[in-house]
Formats: sequence, structure tokens, C-alpha cells
Amino acid sequence: MDYVLKGYKKYYVNKLIWYLLTFIVAVVLNFVLPRMMPGNPVSTIAAQTTQGMTDATAIQKVYAEYAEAFGINKPMYKQFFMWVRNLLRGDMGVSFSQYPRKVSDIVSSSIWWTIALQLPAIIVGWLLGNILGAVAAYMRKGFDKVILPVFLFISNIPAFGMAVVLLTIFAVKLHWAPTSGGYGFDLIPNFSLPFILSVLDHYKLPFLSIVLVTIGGQAIGMRSMSIYELNADYVKYSRFLGIKDSKIVKYVFRNAMLPQITGLAMSLGTMVGGALVAEIVFSYPGIGTTLLSAITGRDYPLISACTLIITIMVLLANLFVELLYALIDPRIKAAQSD
Amino acid sequence: MGNTLKQLRRSPQFMIGFVIFITVLALVIIYPLIVAADPLEMVGQGIFYKPGTYISVADTVTQSMVSEKSYILNIDTSANRLSSRISVEDRKAMIDWLEKYGGVEEGTLSTADDEVGKLIDTWCEKYDASNPQKGLIAARKKYYVRLDSSLKELLKSQDIIISEYGEDGELEKRGKVADNIYVNVKDIPNQRTFLLGTDNFGRDVLTELIYATRTSLLIGFIAGIVATGIGLFFGLLAGFLGGFADDFIMFVTNLFTVVPSFVILILISYSVGQEARGVFMVAVIIGLTSWTWTTRSVRSQVISLRNRDHVNMSKLSGHGLFRIILVDILPYIASYVVMAFILQISSGILAEAQLSMLGLGPATTKTATLGLMMNWALTYTAHLNGSWWAYFPVILVIALISFSLNLMNTGMDQVFNPTLRD
Repeated sequence: MDYVLKGYKKYYVNKLIWYLLTFIVAVVLNFVLPRMMPGNPVSTIAAQTTQGMTDATAIQKVYAEYAEAFGINKPMYKQFFMWVRNLLRGDMGVSFSQYPRKVSDIVSSSIWWTIALQLPAIIVGWLLGNILGAVAAYMRKGFDKVILPVFLFISNIPAFGMAVVLLTIFAVKLHWAPTSGGYGFDLIPNFSLPFILSVLDHYKLPFLSIVLVTIGGQAIGMRSMSIYELNADYVKYSRFLGIKDSKIVKYVFRNAMLPQITGLAMSLGTMVGGALVAEIVFSYPGIGTTLLSAITGRDYPLISACTLIITIMVLLANLFVELLYALIDPRIKAAQSD
Repeated sequence: MGNTLKQLRRSPQFMIGFVIFITVLALVIIYPLIVAADPLEMVGQGIFYKPGTYISVADTVTQSMVSEKSYILNIDTSANRLSSRISVEDRKAMIDWLEKYGGVEEGTLSTADDEVGKLIDTWCEKYDASNPQKGLIAARKKYYVRLDSSLKELLKSQDIIISEYGEDGELEKRGKVADNIYVNVKDIPNQRTFLLGTDNFGRDVLTELIYATRTSLLIGFIAGIVATGIGLFFGLLAGFLGGFADDFIMFVTNLFTVVPSFVILILISYSVGQEARGVFMVAVIIGLTSWTWTTRSVRSQVISLRNRDHVNMSKLSGHGLFRIILVDILPYIASYVVMAFILQISSGILAEAQLSMLGLGPATTKTATLGLMMNWALTYTAHLNGSWWAYFPVILVIALISFSLNLMNTGMDQVFNPTLRD
């Protein structure tokens, strides 16, 4: 037992270190990429901000503000440390498009909407998709013949497309759900019953659209993994031994599940990206909509904060999935304790 | 090679995907040859004209006055005209009255468009303003009187007088268009058919969609080539060299698998600036962020090939690294590379669409892309005002392209991995 625990500890420490490194690289990228662009990044970004502005002093002020925020007069490494120091203090600058709100305020008010929407939706979609995929693989004839083409097509509808289609059918035509926003426009966020009901009412469609898209992709992956496992020697042997079907299915499901968990970790970034764009369709008050308004408002500090927070979100989720994986896959235990 | 193609032809999934994809491709190539319209021409003045054929009213009127170009059809036009003028609420009210006071049995009348004629006939027969109408308030009674008189007005023969200003400035009658005069649409010189209506700029959606699909496919191809090129290079290098190079490349690859490419895409696209962001630039940026899958699969294939006998033979014969890779490795991994390339085309198209929806798509006024069309449709709230033609075909095209490419990929996977075969 002691031996096993040691194996886990090693695995966890390795993973944590790796993710820490990845996190640092991601932060550096967030800093470096905009500055690596040809030409003077400050003037490029500031030019985008000042587009359409006519007041010379205002333009001057924007340039000065950007030069100050970027600290371009100092060497690159000093700029970086200044930026990191501010970041650690939670100071991500002041938003240009929603002046004088602080970027950290805007982001922290929208991040929870996104987490509350995407986390349950992706988990539910992933679970349902895997169950359906396994059932399709097990039944083959009939159910599989219907479910495979349907899910194959659904999984190829982009998340925003699914969002628009659901919105048109259920909100605009049938009036079963509101068309936009995270809560009724006549309400002020608080912990009262009408507000919570309104939030739930607005939650239905975005949730459903993410779940549907996730189900499609997962079901197909799980189906082919399960078929692969069903043909494996251990299944044939178990059948030969006369082990009950339900027990074999349990083995197959568990074994087919493992690559699906790794797959989840690898495609999480893509999923989150798609769901963020789907948010825009519903004008859901999360990070996706904030990002859109930041880009249309040419609000660089806010864009940078949004991308950073998305990266952190995805990295944390990935780390969690990988740590969970270790508990489920016995091979990791074995490999690490060698 | 020939054998592989034969096997692929037998895979139904591959063939369905292939046919869909080739159809889309052919449409995109052939349509511009037949219809020589500028896809970005702003034809319509207003936003979101619905699909259909638009014919010039002036032409119709002049044609109807030319005796050999106007036709008399014995069709009762009043019913159609009435059904477009009498609202469903009015019809409901009429049925209500008839059932209560006209002695009409319940359920015999309906508000349906094709039964308006019957409803009006019954109304003219049964309605009587002098009926005591017990239980009806005065305002309601007056409403029925008004409804009745407006109906009578509508039922009168609807000749339309055409007149022009004469020399003395007075209106002079030139002709009369009777109820039963028709013109043939083919005789109208000025007409335009918008199969998918127009968009928010008044552009023909169908033409725009075809050109947009072409541009998006191009973006997919370029992104796919860039991504496959990078992925192949790193994968070969990592798999073949092993050791530190392998560790380092795999570290970087794992890193970029976990850091969402979406984020990097946004950061680069934004920093490049709007002027520089053309179609080609966006495609290359997308390619630069999506090579990790290819690297992984190429590397693992190369590692399994590295110590095969034929590769060792080649090494012993003193062949250079370049030749070994070209002759002894590449042919064996070609199928995986093609499969990855196919998936990258579809993810490239999707990435462009998502980027454009965030306002970071190709900033060009010369071409349309699927993402830009979607972005404009949503910016002008087409999804809220019922203009389905502005966004639904776009979603369908994206889904179809991606569906066909994924089907091809699945089919190939089954051909090359026998364990997955049904």
C-alpha cells in the first residue's frame, strides 16, 4: 500500500510541475505574442483604439496610456516583470471601452457565468455522449444504424450554429425561452426567487446547445472505442468462460472510457472555445460576450485579461481531468511504482 | 496504392463523404462560371429581403396595358386578395359572430386561408346588423358593422385606373387594369430571383454564399497545408532523432495541446492589426496554431517504423537521412498524414468562422467568408427578426463540409485500421 501511494505521489508531483511550467509558458505567451508582431505593437494596437477618433489630444492620451501600460521605454524583461507584478496584485489595468471600470472587475463578474454554464454542460454532454456511444456499440444493429449518422451530423454542427438554430426554434418561434441575456433585463442581480428563476429560464438554451454539441462528438468516439474493445481477446475469452454479459459490458465500458478521458483533456480547449462563441449568440453575460465587446471596442487590456483567464480555466480543468485519470487507470499506478 | 483506392471505393462512409465534398467543390467552381454576378454587389436597398423573385412593378403595369402581352384568366381573385387583407383575428371574430347569432354550426368554418371564400359567402348571407346580438357590448356591435362595410368595399370589383399627367398638368386616364388581367412573368424584362434572399447589405445571399464557401475552403486548405507541413516536420524530427530532440519537441507539442489554440489565435489575430489581416494571413495563422495533432501521430508512427528491417537496411546501405525519410518512412505514414490533413481543413474552416464571429476574421471588403457572413447576420440580428436565409444556409454549409470531411476520415480510418472495421 505504501508502495502504491508513493507511485501516486510521484505521478501527481510530476503532473503539477508540468502544468506549472505550462502555465508559466502560457503567461509568457500572453505577454510576448502581441509584442512580437512586426512594427511597433503599441502604435498598432493604439491605432486600432483611436480609429475614428478626431480629437488630437485624446489620441495623444491613448498613445501615452498604452505606452505607460506597456512600459515600452524600458527593456523587455523589465516590462515583463512589471506586468507580472501587476498581475499578481490582480491589477490588469483599466478598461478602455468601459472606462473607468477596472479590467479585473469586468472579468471577475463575467467569469462565473461562463463557469456555471460550461462546466455542467460539458460534463453532462460528455457523460450522455459516452453512455449513448457505448449503447450504440453494444446494440450495433438498429439503434446504432440510426444513432451513428445522426450524431455524426450533429457533431459537425459548430457550437454557434447549434446555438442559433435552437434560439430560432425555441426562443423566437415557440417562445419557450428568452432570446438573450443571462437574466431578465428588468432585474437587478440578487438572491431573490424571481431572479433565480429568471436565471434558470435564460440558462436552458445555452446549456442545451453545448450539451448537444458535446454529446455528438463524444458518442462517436466512445462508439468506436467500445467496438474496438468488444473485439478484444479478453472479451472473447470472458464470453468463452460464460461470464455474464452485464459484467463484460462493465469491463468494456471501463476500458473504453480511459481513452475518452484523455480525449476530453486534449479537446477541452477546442470545446471551451466553441462554447465561448456560442455564448455570443445568446448574449450570455460570460467571458465570450465580454471578449466580443472587448474586441469590437478595441479594448486591449480587457482582451488580454480574457485570454489569460480562458487559458487558466482550461489548464485547471485539464489538470483536474489528468489527476482524476490517475485514480481510474490502474496502469499509471503500476508504471509509476516501477 | 491502387489497392488502397479500391478499398476506399468500397467504404460507404468514405464514398458518401467524398461525394458530398466533391459536390460542394464542383458547385463552388461551376456556379461563378454560369452566374457572372458580383457577389458583393449591394442590390437591395433595405436589409434582409426574403427569398423569391422580384419583378419590376412599372414593367408589370406597362405590360398589362399591352393587349398581346396581357392575358385574361378566369380565376376568382377575390379570395386570395381577401385572405391577404383580412387578418386572422377578424376571421375569428366573424366565425364567433356567425356561430352565436347566425345559426351556423360550430366547427364548420375555419380561419384557414383557402377557406376565406366560404367564410365570406356565409358572412354575406347571414350577417344582419339589426340582429339583437344579445350579450354583445355596443363597441363590439359597432366593430362588426365596420368589419362588414370594409368587407363589402373589398368585394367590389377592383379595377385599377392608370393615368398619366397630360400636357396641361391634368391627370389623363391611359388604361384600366381589370381584376382578371394577368401578365406572364417571362414577359417582364426587369426581374431578379434571389433564391436565398438578400443580406443586411442587400447582397444576394446565394451568390455571396458560394463565393464565401470558396474562400473558406481556400482558408481550410492553406491552414491544413501549413499545419500538416509543420506537424510533419516536427513529427519526423522527433520520431527519427529521438533523445533530447524528441523530448523537447514533445514538450512543446504537449504544451500547445493544452494551451487553447483559440486563445493564441485571438492574440495573434488581434496584434497583427486589421489592415494586415487578409484571407491568406488568417489562414496561415490558423495553420500555425493547429499542428499538434499531426506532430503526435506522425511521431508515434515514425517511432514504430524506426527500427523496422527495411529502415535498418537502408541505414546500413549508407543512405542519407533525407532519403530514408523520403523513401522508407513517408510512404508508410502517408495515410495518417492525409487523414490529419482532411481533419485540419474542416477545423480550419470552423476556426475562421469562430474568429470572424468575434470580429477578428479576414478584414477585407473584397471577399466574403462563411464566418463573415455569419458575423454580419448576427450583428444585424437576423436570428431574432426571422431572416433565416441570412444565417441558416451558412450553418448548413459549414456543417456539410465538416460532415463530409469527417465521414471521409472515418472511412479511411476503417480501411487503414482493420480493427475498426464492422
